[in-house]
Amino acid sequence: MSEKKKKKFRINITPDECKGCGRCIYSCPVKVLSLTNKVNSMGIVYAQYNGADCIGCGSCFYACPEPGAITIYEIKPDEKGKE
Amino acid sequence: MNSEKKLLLKGNEATIYGALLAGCECFFGYPITPASEIAHTAAELFPKLNRTFLQAESEIAAINMVLGASASGRRTITASSGLGISLKQEGISYIATCELPAVIIDITRAGPGLGNIGPEQSDYNQVVKGGGHGSYKCIVLAPNSAQEMCDFTMLAFDLADKYRTPVYVMADGVIGQMIESITLPAPMGRKPIPEWAIAATDASRRNFITSIYLGHDELEAVNIKLQEKYAEIEKIEQRCDSYRTDDAELVIVGYGIISRLLHSAVDLLRKEGYKIGMLRPITLFPFPKTEFKKLALSTDSFLCVEMSNGQLIDDIKLTIECSKPVHLYTRMGGNVPSMDEITNKCREILA
Amino acid sequence: MSKEEIKFGRSKGFFETFERRPGPIKKNMHYCPGCGHGILHKLVAEALVDLEMQDKMIFISPVGCSVFAYYYFDCGGISVPHGRAPAVATGLLRANPDSYVISYQGDGDLGAIGLNNFLQAANRGENLTVCFVNNAIYGMTSGQMAPTTLIGHKTATSPYGRTVTNEGFPLKVAEMVAALESPVYVERVALTSTKNIRSARRALRKGLTNMKEKKGFSLIEFLSGCPINLKKSAEATDEWIEEEMIPYFPLGCLKDIADERDKIIRPIPIFDKEKVTKALLESAGNIKFGDKQTKLRKDLRIKCAGFGGQGVLSLGMMIAAMGQSRNINVSWLPSYGPEMRGGTANCSVVMSNDIIGTPIVIETNILITMNQPSMDKFLPDLATKGILLYDSTSIKPPKTKSRVYAVEATRIALDIGNIKCANSVIMGAFAACLKGFELENYEGAFEEAIKTTFRKKPQLIDMNILAFRKGKDSVKTVNV
Repeated sequence: MSEKKKKKFRINITPDECKGCGRCIYSCPVKVLSLTNKVNSMGIVYAQYNGADCIGCGSCFYACPEPGAITIYEIKPDEKGKE
Repeated sequence: MNSEKKLLLKGNEATIYGALLAGCECFFGYPITPASEIAHTAAELFPKLNRTFLQAESEIAAINMVLGASASGRRTITASSGLGISLKQEGISYIATCELPAVIIDITRAGPGLGNIGPEQSDYNQVVKGGGHGSYKCIVLAPNSAQEMCDFTMLAFDLADKYRTPVYVMADGVIGQMIESITLPAPMGRKPIPEWAIAATDASRRNFITSIYLGHDELEAVNIKLQEKYAEIEKIEQRCDSYRTDDAELVIVGYGIISRLLHSAVDLLRKEGYKIGMLRPITLFPFPKTEFKKLALSTDSFLCVEMSNGQLIDDIKLTIECSKPVHLYTRMGGNVPSMDEITNKCREILA
Repeated sequence: MSKEEIKFGRSKGFFETFERRPGPIKKNMHYCPGCGHGILHKLVAEALVDLEMQDKMIFISPVGCSVFAYYYFDCGGISVPHGRAPAVATGLLRANPDSYVISYQGDGDLGAIGLNNFLQAANRGENLTVCFVNNAIYGMTSGQMAPTTLIGHKTATSPYGRTVTNEGFPLKVAEMVAALESPVYVERVALTSTKNIRSARRALRKGLTNMKEKKGFSLIEFLSGCPINLKKSAEATDEWIEEEMIPYFPLGCLKDIADERDKIIRPIPIFDKEKVTKALLESAGNIKFGDKQTKLRKDLRIKCAGFGGQGVLSLGMMIAAMGQSRNINVSWLPSYGPEMRGGTANCSVVMSNDIIGTPIVIETNILITMNQPSMDKFLPDLATKGILLYDSTSIKPPKTKSRVYAVEATRIALDIGNIKCANSVIMGAFAACLKGFELENYEGAFEEAIKTTFRKKPQLIDMNILAFRKGKDSVKTVNV
């Protein structure tokens, strides 16, 4: 039951809005963020979401100094309970 | 019927009467002799009409409070003298660049440095020529009576709003300190909030007021726009009084208290048979160039009388391109030239 | 199919794109990587929306790194001179008490060049929220010492490290403000760990709520990172703040008394034309008189002189008011300033049927003196056919060819019981000796002038009228 109720989240980092400061990475309590090995259009090595296990706490969002670099989505199951 | 609205007022007091009649909502200032009665009168009268009087912690604070109040779209005023005006200059440069209306009263005292509290006209350069940093100017009105202290303060608000620029009413300590009878003009009512104001409404939410322009071309464009505005002001707003200048061989020039002395001097010397007239600039910026250029064609020479070291004379010489001799008579340190000094100087020139 | 809902995302307190920002980058702010300003800007933007303060908010962009803050916030904005944000805020708030204003300031702006303006606004209890960003360094001008720079810290202008003997200890702004009576809320927070940022978020909202409820002045000091100028990574900067700054600048709420304070309510300005005119006429003391004008045979140029405190300036004003009431043009000019305070004082009064040229009186045709030094100083300027009136309590009879009148003004005033009404005694004498100037028999006008002059001290009117009458009856012609 508890497994079913657990909310799921996804982090989107817009590469061109990230300045690569790393604040989101070290602020994340579950360590689901890391730097890429790529550069964005500003020439900056940017951060990325590892793809799973975000708990939706918002730590990375508030740690990030950019307005829209990080967006955290809650993934809601549809009416039939499927993802 | 008008006599019922005749009052005996100090020049300094009259500015506040003018401000309240013009619908001014806020006074911010710091005490300084010989301008303090302006603050005293404002402190008494602004609260009576539920308007804002606030004694600021400094001249710098006062002018920045004016900046804020003006940005909100309300009519606002400050007053000071000499060294206090020097302190306000940074803020005035911001106000001019942000294109905000504001009225500043300067009751000039004797300088430089701490100087003394006697009357002088030595703020001319710092008031008429911009005074702060950057290429800006302020409109400057120079009253010579208590009535004009009231009337010109009202006019200053209209000009400030019309051109979105700071306007000075600049008088010497004598004009500020003297009491005369004035006829109270009719009140003007409240000015509507202009659409550029940051007025704390949903309609004005996206307004912003700034004087920072990082791009060189962008800032140059702002400068050019300001200069075009000043050119327009020069075209439209020149004001002066010419007195018995038609056949004058000597035109004596002065503003403020000097202009009253010169008026009497002209009458006295005319009785002695001298062909003499007076030109009194009322606006110092814009300088009444048209009238000066006209008189330069007919008169033999000019005499500039001022209570400063020869600041007004520069504008006369530049305006007439030194086409006629311009003599100078000055007193400084708080001294006002006497009738004898002035008339003797005239006789000497005309001898 | 599953649905996605934004749980944390770009706030509507920011513009969707930053069109005011020059150059191609329109989504990001101009701050350096890891800068605390960005963190705080996000908290502000979010609070503006959540607290429904956006329409009425004016965000002040100071001088410093946040000089371009108006690029970002979807609310009113103004950029101001260095250090002057609290003064500008005062202007905005007093002119329009409906406004909400955030004064957003760095440590140089607030703690150095603008400290007085900031403290005074705090002490006036302006309905203002100040966000003080303390990163212990000057960012914009690239790394100079700030008032809050820590002891030993090397900066561009403290290359050997800040010392106690040269620059003193770092400025504790929050503690200083908490010591004032007026502010309602003072808290220091840090923009470092998630826990601290959440605490900062709460503190900011508390300050803004105080303002919304018109409770007065709130200060939130944000310890904030400047990784570029500290020459550290963002993470190392956070550690440095927590290990070095916080021990000196402890976090926490220093004052919270908003609940105890009443709302600041400012009255609505009056612009009704009749009310405005009435208020001005009342204050100036509108003198009642007819339309008839007194014709003077010649201009009167009067000098009143005496010791500061004898009331020579009010004497001149009473004479001027009398002239005004006869529809004569008048001017009054004091010798103003420190001379009034204890030294000799004098004033010039001119009365004329014509426009008055200079109000400065040098050659007089009426001289009134109340002490010996004034007599000695001004008698040489009295016209031969002029009038001299003096207080014979203390002044010796002068040698002059003018008409001379004397009255023991000070003695009579003392007899009445108040030395201060000596000037009204003199005025009574003056009224009696005006023969030849067409102004005699205007006692009624003089008494009106007394009422006008003392309108703000009505308890003194009767005594001064009594003094006036005694003076009129006691004046003596002096044969010199």
